[in-house]
Amino acid sequence: MDLQDAHGWLVDLLNEISVQFQKVPGSAIFLRYVKSSYQNDPVRSAVELFLFLFAVKYLLAPKYSTSKKSYVKLTDEEIDELVDEWVPEPLVAPQTAFEEAENEKRPVIVGPTGPKSKLANGRIVTNVASYNFYNLAGNESLKEKAIQTLRTYGVGPCGPPGFYGTQDVHQKTEADISAHLGTTACIVYAQAFSTISSVIPAFSKRGDIIVADKAVNFAIRKGMQISRSSIRWYEHNDMMDLQNVLASVVKEQAKKPLTRRFIITEGLFENVGDMVDLVKVVELRHRYKFRLILDETWSFGVLGRTGAGVTEHQGVSVKEVDMLVGSLAGPLCAGGGFCAGSSEIVEHQRLSASAYTFSAALPAMLATTASEVLAMLETNGEMLALVRENIKTMWAQLDPRSEWVHCTSAMENPIMILVLKAEVVASRKLSISEQEQLLQEMVDEALANGVMMTRLKSMPRGIHVTAKEVGWELQPGLKVCLTLGLTRKEVERTGTVIRHAITKVMKAKR
Amino acid sequence: MSTDGSRLTMSRKPSFNPFAASAPATPSTPPALSEKRDMSRRPSTSKATRITSFFSTSPKPKPEPQTAASALLAAAKQQSSQLTSPSHISSPSLSLPTIFLSTAQADTANEDEPPTTLFQPPSPAETRRIARQQAQFGPLGHQSHRYTSRHAGGLFPEPIIEDPPYYYLITTYISYLILIIFGHVRDFFGKRFRQHEYSHLQERNGFAPLNSDFDNFYVRRLQLRINDCFARPTTGVPGRFITLCDRVSHDGNQTFKPTGTTTETLNMSSYNYLGFAQSEGPCADAVEETVKRCGLGMASPRGDAGTSELHNEVEDLIARFVGKESSMVFSMGFGTNASAFSALVGKGCLVISDELNHASIRFGLRLSGCMIEMFKHNDCKSLERKLREVISNGQPRTHRPWKKILVVVEGLYSMEGSMVNLPGILALKRKYRFNLFVDEAHSIGALGPNGRGVCDYFGVAPSEVDILMGTLTKSFGANGGYIAGDKALINKLRVTNAGTIYGESPAPAVLSQIASSLKIIIGELVPGQGEERLQRLAFNGRYLRLGLKRLGFIVYGNDDSPIIPLLLYNPAKIPAFSHEMLARKISVVVVGYPATPLVSSRARFCVSAAHTKDDLDRLLRACDSVGDILQLKFSSGIGGGALPLPEGVTPEMEKEWLRKEKEKGQEVMRQPPRWSLSEVIKKGVQDVKMPLR
Ligand SMILES: Cc1ncc(COP(=O)(O)O)c(C=O)c1O
Repeated sequence: MDLQDAHGWLVDLLNEISVQFQKVPGSAIFLRYVKSSYQNDPVRSAVELFLFLFAVKYLLAPKYSTSKKSYVKLTDEEIDELVDEWVPEPLVAPQTAFEEAENEKRPVIVGPTGPKSKLANGRIVTNVASYNFYNLAGNESLKEKAIQTLRTYGVGPCGPPGFYGTQDVHQKTEADISAHLGTTACIVYAQAFSTISSVIPAFSKRGDIIVADKAVNFAIRKGMQISRSSIRWYEHNDMMDLQNVLASVVKEQAKKPLTRRFIITEGLFENVGDMVDLVKVVELRHRYKFRLILDETWSFGVLGRTGAGVTEHQGVSVKEVDMLVGSLAGPLCAGGGFCAGSSEIVEHQRLSASAYTFSAALPAMLATTASEVLAMLETNGEMLALVRENIKTMWAQLDPRSEWVHCTSAMENPIMILVLKAEVVASRKLSISEQEQLLQEMVDEALANGVMMTRLKSMPRGIHVTAKEVGWELQPGLKVCLTLGLTRKEVERTGTVIRHAITKVMKAKR
Repeated sequence: MSTDGSRLTMSRKPSFNPFAASAPATPSTPPALSEKRDMSRRPSTSKATRITSFFSTSPKPKPEPQTAASALLAAAKQQSSQLTSPSHISSPSLSLPTIFLSTAQADTANEDEPPTTLFQPPSPAETRRIARQQAQFGPLGHQSHRYTSRHAGGLFPEPIIEDPPYYYLITTYISYLILIIFGHVRDFFGKRFRQHEYSHLQERNGFAPLNSDFDNFYVRRLQLRINDCFARPTTGVPGRFITLCDRVSHDGNQTFKPTGTTTETLNMSSYNYLGFAQSEGPCADAVEETVKRCGLGMASPRGDAGTSELHNEVEDLIARFVGKESSMVFSMGFGTNASAFSALVGKGCLVISDELNHASIRFGLRLSGCMIEMFKHNDCKSLERKLREVISNGQPRTHRPWKKILVVVEGLYSMEGSMVNLPGILALKRKYRFNLFVDEAHSIGALGPNGRGVCDYFGVAPSEVDILMGTLTKSFGANGGYIAGDKALINKLRVTNAGTIYGESPAPAVLSQIASSLKIIIGELVPGQGEERLQRLAFNGRYLRLGLKRLGFIVYGNDDSPIIPLLLYNPAKIPAFSHEMLARKISVVVVGYPATPLVSSRARFCVSAAHTKDDLDRLLRACDSVGDILQLKFSSGIGGGALPLPEGVTPEMEKEWLRKEKEKGQEVMRQPPRWSLSEVIKKGVQDVKMPLR
């Protein structure tokens, strides 16, 4: 009785289902498909059914993230316990003795900076530590112009360039720079140090390839890090190695879709002081189809007849450089940085270079100062010649005459970087920090004798980064910056003081 | 101060600005009228000539007697103001003639009379000078237009985020859909028939395109349409008014050509919270003196030979101001964040960052190599959940405990107008012992009874926050950033932070602007003025916010925040709002995707202490009419702006009254606020002093 009922009900249900099924559009096709495929190949139908069920299961399965694979469910009490047990490290490590000394000894200037600067302790010293090559920091006509700008624009533009922070003076400065260099366009950033770190990631993205000189400066490294591109290094200024790296990249990538490729190098190297062989780099860049990002932070305003940089100095057309980055803050005594290039490249940065888009514009006073100084450089080639004279004089005092140090800078570079000679380092087995210690003593000794110079400092490593992960490390050195504000006699005297300071420290430590 | 003919064109105000001369008894001229007059009289000097006058080699000498006379006049005026003003402490030590009339005017007994008639009818030059000065900083209309920015106590006032009616949400999505479809259709045909225009997206003789087609789509097809609303070039001081250099585009916003004319607009866009963007007054005088004394730049990073006495003075001032032992200054706010984190956290450390933190923070965090987790914007519950999860799980893979955990938040979020829930986060900090980094870029100077930022606002000891970072770009009218903390911490950062080792040292002029504006805020310079600025800013923010809510707009953010985003939603309303405002001579910032979520495009107003109540009324009037044209008034009332209470019911009794009405069976529905403009303006001043409802 019961069974009959159930059977009847089941038959009804099946009938009902089949009627409903026939009503679904396409069901006939489906049925025909199943039938025909079953006749030909029952295994295949089974596999298909299995796949179908698997797909359903997969789609219905709860989403899980791969990062939480080892997630263990803990009770609230357990978590509280773990929270109580957790002991964080202090936010920063205590200072080392060397760092403490550095903080204490950092010179403090009173009044304007200049070839002769007054320090907070009342002494007047010869300043070969600032990048004030043309002695413009205290220039009266520049001051006058700056004050005029102040009286029209105030100080800060109070907003990022995209939101009413672009002032006509910025546009003028951009036009002046591109006219000076011969590019079609230019964009001005509010800080030189932040410029290239934003220019690189604006163009080079994940999957793109950067080939860079091993000695490039800290800001470039940070830009490359942000870009997440794959990075290949070549030996510092070694054009053969560059060629090999480029060739190998091209070979490796031959089968893959074309990605953007960049060569990044500097005009005058911040960490070494020498000059790039731009003619060769440009040749290679064309041969292997790489774009060129050139950091002229230390060569713009320094090299060439009008200070237009390494392109002018080596007679390379500025059009060969895709992105030319420079500083308005060093010898130009203004502030900010720039990137010059084609208008396509410049306009792209206005929307996608973080340090431009998300930061307030440069104060108008600094922009007009930069424009003024450019005009001076264009008309007053004498300034550059005078600095070069002083560099020669200083070279003669230091490089050939010292048994301890030699200068790694190019002859044209007003920043002379003096490093301990390889044989000295080898014979005394000096570590990097021991060299830094010695160099600091030389700086202190020179200051005691009325000459303020500075050190080329190691690049900051970051927290919990081991030496192995760092890769290339610079050799610490002394930095002596020449200025036309010193007479030949004064340069010679300064050179003597520095030489004696070096000798004194090195002899005392024997 | 200059009367140099060529430069006078900057201020271009032949007569008193009707908005500037604010006598409460006389209603100001309707804007349309005055704008016309403005335009007809504008000597449209071309931009080029103005600029060349700057860069001409021989600066025109200033006519000395004129300047001296006006300075004298100003000094005399100030004296008289000090006599009549009870709140103004005379400062014999002050040698510079301060020329702010605001306090003077506010206290004159006879408010119907413009203060300038105290002596004699002003000469035309004098009139121009005053107009120019008031275009940078408006005079206080009435003593009642002040308020003190301070947390009222109790729970943190979570801002109510109101969703728009579905109609607007759906049309917004449809708009984007249409824009995207059109974009693709245009691309499809363009790539076939106008290949040269797309060459930059294709492989060119062996070089991959600079921009990927996909990344560039947004810029090419959406941003370009509204490009004229961004990066409008300006000239002169970005103060109460801002002068735009007019431009036109003949190629669909690809390029712009300057027309050579300028337009003076009400400035609701600059981060000039305390109104220190000025080319005259005590700050500018101090800057001029510093440039003369200390030159233009240090030409060296801080770590080498770029530290001067001025730097140390400013660092001490900032440390004192924010309530920390030490501080250090940098030449760029973005760069400060970009280099700060690498010296604080690294491998094995965790940073928990608010999801809406500024690009500079994200930039810096990515460089540091630490692990980064996010929590929901300003949501302490989300933060606590995250904290429990990460502390109990430890580092991924190894499960070692984290070396340190740093929570990074902003004091005031520049796109949302929301303040950090500092009390809530500090309670968590006590329990979970993480370190806290607060970026006060927008809150320093703008919040708190003394302008000292969020700690001041909430009445919290600054020592509870480990690191207070801020920028000097906003409230101080200067440039740069700072980091403040314990002495040991700052000393360590000085030697390990890339910003000090490589970043250019801030210029003396900029430092002088920071120092003098800080001294004014503290009250060491021109006592009374700093307080006035702080209180005017607080009043202006609340007044505008309440007014917009009452008119029926959806606005975001906390009541005391000087940043007021007004929600637009539909993408087509972004340029429309900007254009309508520009037609009414008001400069506003509009933002859409990707700076905001896709749907919530917005206009953002930044109020300033330089604005007068009349300016804000002018803005309200403009918003009222534009809001009708563009259908922007869609608030339901849950975000505030409630209708006035009936006679005899005070705000304190509101809850009780509502309950009673309900009992009586008359459900008082919250009605969508749609106040009339005149009602908004009439009630505004008294109502902002009470809790906003
Ligand atoms: C939260 C925050 N941090 C940092 C910055 C960058 O500051 P600056 O404009 O001085 O570079 C900003 C500016 O927009 C900001 O909003």
